[in-house]
Amino acid sequence: MEKILMEHGSGGRATNELIKEIFEAQFDNDVLSQMEDAAVVPGNETIAMTTDSFVVTPLEFPGGDIGRLSICGTVNDLCMRGAVPKYITCGFILEEGVEIETLKRIVKSMADTAKEAGVTIVAGDTKVIQGNGGMIINTSGVGFIPNGVDIKASNARDEDVIIVSGNLGDHHATILSQRMNITNSIKSDNAPLQEMVSKLIENEIPVHVLRDVTRGGLATVLKELAVASGLKFDILHENLPVDPQVESFCGLLGLDPLYMGNEGKLVAIVPKDYAVQAVEIIRGCKYGENADMIGTVIQPEDDSEIGALVMKTEIGGHRFLDILQGEGLPRIC
Amino acid sequence: MEIEQLVDYLKNYSGPKVRLMEVCGSHTHAIAKHGIRNLLSPQIELLSGPGCPVCVTPTAYIDKLVELSLEDNTTVVTFGDLLRVPGSKESLNEAKGRGGSVEMVYSPMDVLGLAKANPEHSYVFAAVGFETTAPVYTLLLDNIIENNISNIKILTALKTMPGAISFLCDNGALIDGFIAPGHVSAVTGANYFNDLAAKYHIPFAVSGFGAKELVIAIYGLVKMIEEGQPAVKNFYTSVVENDKNKIIEKQLNKYFEPADVVWRGMGSIKSSGLLLKAEYSKYDAGSAGLNEDNKRNKACRCGEILMGKAKPADCPLFGKVCTPMSPEGACMVSEEGSCFNAFIC
Repeated sequence: MEKILMEHGSGGRATNELIKEIFEAQFDNDVLSQMEDAAVVPGNETIAMTTDSFVVTPLEFPGGDIGRLSICGTVNDLCMRGAVPKYITCGFILEEGVEIETLKRIVKSMADTAKEAGVTIVAGDTKVIQGNGGMIINTSGVGFIPNGVDIKASNARDEDVIIVSGNLGDHHATILSQRMNITNSIKSDNAPLQEMVSKLIENEIPVHVLRDVTRGGLATVLKELAVASGLKFDILHENLPVDPQVESFCGLLGLDPLYMGNEGKLVAIVPKDYAVQAVEIIRGCKYGENADMIGTVIQPEDDSEIGALVMKTEIGGHRFLDILQGEGLPRIC
Repeated sequence: MEIEQLVDYLKNYSGPKVRLMEVCGSHTHAIAKHGIRNLLSPQIELLSGPGCPVCVTPTAYIDKLVELSLEDNTTVVTFGDLLRVPGSKESLNEAKGRGGSVEMVYSPMDVLGLAKANPEHSYVFAAVGFETTAPVYTLLLDNIIENNISNIKILTALKTMPGAISFLCDNGALIDGFIAPGHVSAVTGANYFNDLAAKYHIPFAVSGFGAKELVIAIYGLVKMIEEGQPAVKNFYTSVVENDKNKIIEKQLNKYFEPADVVWRGMGSIKSSGLLLKAEYSKYDAGSAGLNEDNKRNKACRCGEILMGKAKPADCPLFGKVCTPMSPEGACMVSEEGSCFNAFIC
């Protein structure tokens, strides 16, 4: 077989072959191999649960693919509540015409990423629909929250320091480059963030807030956090880490790295006395070398500043930032 | 002078009130992005003029695109900005929601691939823009003609700047100086604005889009106003020459001719647009005569805002009925629009 056909979704022989040759071959583990209707796994701690669907085109891109993305997205969402990710389920909706070799690479990439992130794929499902070689993956995940960890969006406090774990906009710039046939060496940053989160917690950094910087970009994430906390966030433009090539790419298309999505970056808000140590810890992790402090949380002086996100520009001006409006498309002139 | 000294000068300026207008959407966006407004003395006011191509497109043009998108076997191909611009009844996005065929692309050249892949299907490219974007459409036309492609037409809403600037000056807009559009000037050359500067005794500063470049241009304008010596000064010499780009001029003259066209909220302006010449009419999807300009909401003040006669906050709809998520007027749609930027900042 070279391509996915409708019969691969029949539930019969072709489905069995597909599961055996592709999914089992990569995902095999004690829970999955029981082939039961539901996975039964141990655990009696507080659990975090999440789900996410992935629809990216192209399916494979520099630095990653839809499979790696589908594991990282769910793992990272669990991490942002301070959970240790443990179990993942995945649902594939395959359009007829998907190249079997492509599917194999994507499934292997998922298996490798799951291993890297320390999660086990315990359940799965496959459907085939009419179409033209596209693919949608849904993953759900469960993680356990260590005792004493309380990380949530509304937890930012006066004088806290805002940290970002690395360069902004890499994933978004990669996907746009691919879609627009622009040749460059920008790579997606899609990566699991459990290492930096667990190291922050292991080192007893009392993290107040964690958020991964995905669709809508850093500005959208910070604005939502500022509103959730009812405080004012001040950030410095000159401290924002952006790869020069991504910066130029954005300049060319009229895009703003502040509103460009990542898939392997987080914002951490920590008490100021722990900020230097937190940055050092993140920089010591595999995907955190460009981490930096980018701003501070401030008690608003008046009501108009509640939930405000203000960026000091390089020339000393101030820019009030809001969440992304519209779709983040290139402008036309 | 160092840039800090220029910023200090502009911050502490205490002379007569100076009203400067930028007529390029990318400048509007850059001024907001760099937080330039709050670096200036209250005596220096920056106004956003009709420089966003999407914002000045009359409702008849959007209505025509909506109509085409709903025709059998026809797809409207457009840049993303245009999707949400309100027509007299609905936007292209709304038309798409009820079955209209609309495809978003990043470059006009993308329509060539679509047309080749589906030779039985018709495509209409929504050719919006100023002097900067118009040349790209001539390349598209070159390609269509060379390859004998019969299933692409364009619907033009192309506009040129001098007519609009004259219109502003002739119709009571209180403007003391213009930040001349950087991208447009790269095509037309800085001298393009000489006649306007002389006729209206008003200075022009051609500027780039960085924070420092904008500060230098604003300083240049304020000094010319203070000294009573209006002229055209080019502060964007890395990109803009004084003379026009002759290759582009030749391309534009090959396909297009000047025409009186309607600017949203402002009315018809003499020789301020480009329409396809008669010999190329078979590539035109019906661009002439799209003059109707019906506001979706009668209270919308986009026209006055584009002319610098009102500020976004003066409009009763601003921030209440009209927001980026539900724009009533075109100025609230694009990232280059004056109301959008006023709302965001």
